[in-house]
Amino acid sequence: MDEINLITLFLGAIFVNNFVLSKFLGICPFLGVSKKVETAVGMGVAVTFVMTIASAVTCLVYNYVLIPLELKYLYNIAFILIIASLVQFIEMFIKKSSPTLYQALGVYLPLITTNCAVLGVTVSSMQDLDAMENVAMGMKFTFSLVYGVGAALGFTLAIVLFAGIRERLERNNILPAVKGFPIALITAGLMSISFLGFSGLL
Amino acid sequence: MEEIIKSILSIGGLGVLFGAGLGFAGVKFKVEQDERIPLVRECLPGANCGGCGFAGCDAFADAVVSGKAKTNGCPVGGAAVGAKVAAVMGLEASESERMVAFVKCNGNCEVSSSKYNYYGMDDCSMENALAGGAKGCSYGCLGDGNCVKACNFGAISVVNGVAVVDKEKCTACGQCVVACPKQLIEIIPYKSKVHVSCNSKDNGKNVRANCSVGCIGCTLCQKNCKFDAVHIENFLAKVDYSKCVSCGLCTQKCPTKAISKEGSQNKIMPVDKEKKEVQRV
Repeated sequence: MDEINLITLFLGAIFVNNFVLSKFLGICPFLGVSKKVETAVGMGVAVTFVMTIASAVTCLVYNYVLIPLELKYLYNIAFILIIASLVQFIEMFIKKSSPTLYQALGVYLPLITTNCAVLGVTVSSMQDLDAMENVAMGMKFTFSLVYGVGAALGFTLAIVLFAGIRERLERNNILPAVKGFPIALITAGLMSISFLGFSGLL
Repeated sequence: MEEIIKSILSIGGLGVLFGAGLGFAGVKFKVEQDERIPLVRECLPGANCGGCGFAGCDAFADAVVSGKAKTNGCPVGGAAVGAKVAAVMGLEASESERMVAFVKCNGNCEVSSSKYNYYGMDDCSMENALAGGAKGCSYGCLGDGNCVKACNFGAISVVNGVAVVDKEKCTACGQCVVACPKQLIEIIPYKSKVHVSCNSKDNGKNVRANCSVGCIGCTLCQKNCKFDAVHIENFLAKVDYSKCVSCGLCTQKCPTKAISKEGSQNKIMPVDKEKKEVQRV
């Protein structure tokens, strides 16, 4: 594990293993909050915020609580617990410390509590780390953090691009049969195919 | 056994830890909210109908306090709630006129023809998808009650195949207006007495063929109105409520009684079958 590896990991999380478009996690906010670029950016920022912190905290809890106690199999419950309370905590904290940011993130913060992409990031970074051997704790932490940021930026990229396309779709003359959601789903599928092209990147 | 206890203790411990942390944070990071927000919120009906244009009563209360919404912005509560909210905000209530929903169709089962027998689901949109519904008139009320389902206040009922709004229960929240696939429902002033119970933009001949109480666009009402309050557009009379004084002159002249005055005998009255025959001949 060196710097090159971390860069690969970072780019890989954004493009090749994009959480929305190739792992199909976090589809609900991807479709629900992508009608306007403005709201999509808000959602993306909120997800980035939560994913980064959640990756770091789950990594610590996993390595310092679950592994020593030999309770690895409880990771799902523990991670959900962490993410849910973390989101609540972050919401309170932001509300107090930065009302402007709170206004900007608005309704999106609580929405992320149950966003499967966040759980997905923590679980898959944990599994990746388990597959590797002899990794120092500091490296594990960095790995989780970089992976979390990359995945979150990938989510933001996907949702903002999608919102941009949907905004244009609104103004176009579309066959009534596929107007609205159907065309959005078709678009999402096409985007997913185009993101396949990144698989040769690394 | 040890395994079970260990897992319970550790996950439970984590839960307690996070719970305590959140509880502590709740106290520590408590934000001083404008105390008027909960007070305004208490005045509101709490139906979360979204009729005001905000995401719900909480959002509306927030908007009122921050000055983004008017104190009388709640269409459900009307003037009474407007006054209460204004009292909380320390302002004079700007008088809001009470509005009600009105179904612009009077073509019940007796007076209107039907194209086919509809045996599908009781859903106006479903029926509407089948050649515009079973009703002969393609503008009329289908009577499957999408508006009834949409109404949070039990103000709409389907009487003899046509939706009727109970003026007293209606709060003009506008949910039924959205629910109707025929765009038949209009929000009108509570005080208005004279309404056109028809939405057909067909010409007189076609209206007569399908319904005996429809507006045929004869312009008698327009000619007889002394206040320039009724106009015919697309073979359909329309009352300008800002000018109408509810004198009822137009209702007396109307040959089909499509325009009617509230409280008179014209509303939802099955037309005499024999008379109808005579008229046809």
